[in-house]
Amino acid sequence: MKAAVSLGLLVALLVALPYSAAWFHAWQPEVSHPLYSRHSFVALTLSHVGLVVAATSVAVAVGLGLGIVATRPAGRSLLPTVRAVAVIGQTVPPVAVLAIAVPLLGFGAAPTLLALALYGVLPVLGQTVAGLDQVPKPVLHAADGMGYGRWRRLLDVELPLAAGPIMTGVRLSAIVSVGTATIGSAVGATTLGSPIVEGLVGNNAAYVVQGALLVGALALTIDAALAAVERRIRRGRS
Amino acid sequence: MIEFDHVHKHFGRQVVIDDLSLRIESGEFFVLVGPSGSGKSTLLRTVNRLVPVDAGQVRIDGEDVVTRDAETLRRGIGYAIQSVGLFPHRTVAENIATVPRLLHWPPHEIRARTAELLALLHLDEPGMGSRYPHTLSGGQQQRVGVARALAARPRIVLMDEPFGALDPLTRESLQASLKAIQRDTGTTILFVTHDMDEAFGLGDRVGLMLDGGLVQVGSPLDLLHAPADDRVRDFVGGTRARLRELAVRTVGDNMRRGEQADGDPVDAEASLQDAFGAMLTQGRDRLPVHVRGERVGAIVLADLVSRRA
Repeated sequence: MKAAVSLGLLVALLVALPYSAAWFHAWQPEVSHPLYSRHSFVALTLSHVGLVVAATSVAVAVGLGLGIVATRPAGRSLLPTVRAVAVIGQTVPPVAVLAIAVPLLGFGAAPTLLALALYGVLPVLGQTVAGLDQVPKPVLHAADGMGYGRWRRLLDVELPLAAGPIMTGVRLSAIVSVGTATIGSAVGATTLGSPIVEGLVGNNAAYVVQGALLVGALALTIDAALAAVERRIRRGRS
Repeated sequence: MIEFDHVHKHFGRQVVIDDLSLRIESGEFFVLVGPSGSGKSTLLRTVNRLVPVDAGQVRIDGEDVVTRDAETLRRGIGYAIQSVGLFPHRTVAENIATVPRLLHWPPHEIRARTAELLALLHLDEPGMGSRYPHTLSGGQQQRVGVARALAARPRIVLMDEPFGALDPLTRESLQASLKAIQRDTGTTILFVTHDMDEAFGLGDRVGLMLDGGLVQVGSPLDLLHAPADDRVRDFVGGTRARLRELAVRTVGDNMRRGEQADGDPVDAEASLQDAFGAMLTQGRDRLPVHVRGERVGAIVLADLVSRRA
């Protein structure tokens, strides 16, 4: 429901913004080009979403993998290290990651993708570890006693029971990415941050508002959609 | 047949099982009884290798369990625990079908077996199979737990205080179900409890375990009549031992065949404790005994009180 409303808002903005030049001109009469036109808003949105999806996929793969390894008996000793590394990843501001990545990867989408992926790992990792840790011990004991192998137990019992918390991590990771991706435009990635950055540099508040409106609507849409998936997963038990 | 051959187990510096040997026959209902920390659960778990032994051997039908693949071994042994451990994301029917599915039974056989078990454990109200565990009462959950342990028709079932968390009425009803199922199927059951009444009510033989060793093994009456030492005597209940004995012995074995009595009859299968209760309720010192609705004799209070071999 919420997802449909947010999506409706996003689509409405994408349809209406190209015809809103008069409004922005009335608000900012001194600006010669009141409507951002270097890329279409649809193209910016698709590029933004693509970056978020790619970064979140990498973050989920890495976070889930590390979380699983760190909760296996053999990997338990790695847990503090894995957590520490992930927390450091979260502490370093994305701008700093971009600054370090640009000399290595050049301008454009690549350094942004790296920063977003690094940034998105911690929520997934944290929630994977928490989710796997809260699977009731008697359930695991019973599974062992009935002859589940390690991998079978992980796939059939542990991951399904941890799916709710893991999905929360995926949602947090994606939402952080939607916001942070805008910064990527500072190093040349094409995102909804492009009008914002250009507006800030060129002292054009209309551009900033156009970018910000779309990013806001996109974040609401993705959050609501993933929350709906999460509720679906959590229902049926508890 | 389960054989424990000089089994030894320690956790850190603490000895949990101390050079223990025991042989449990096929088709036997064997109860390990003892206080918390006596090592009885640990001993039970050496059978399906959830606990590896430090020395000695555990053999099933003559075969050392460590020579078997652990997962294959466990799929062949039923296992029920006090905390039940049902899978919360699976329905009742799916929970029961766990081991048959691991063993790749064909779907129609799994369905038939699940339905059979639901009926056997009195879980046959409509829609039960498609419910989730959190919608069940504690007693129903444990019934599902027992059904899951029996699902693949294992020849051996291990039960670790399965009824410990249930209220007395539910527990008695489950004990009766289990005893009947065991008699009908000839399954070998190794059952762990700290409840002496439960041990005497269920076990063909009872092993009293203290501090990692078996103090005495025998039929309930052996332990009651000839306790090996004071520790056994304390554990079987001192003066209450005679009351426990009433629960173990049946009316049929102690009645006066052919004699008459007035009052509401008791069944020959009932325990002397039930008969005693009926006498108290009816205010009589002798009652008629029934076998399948026919009067066959009388049970007399004096015979309950007098000590007989």
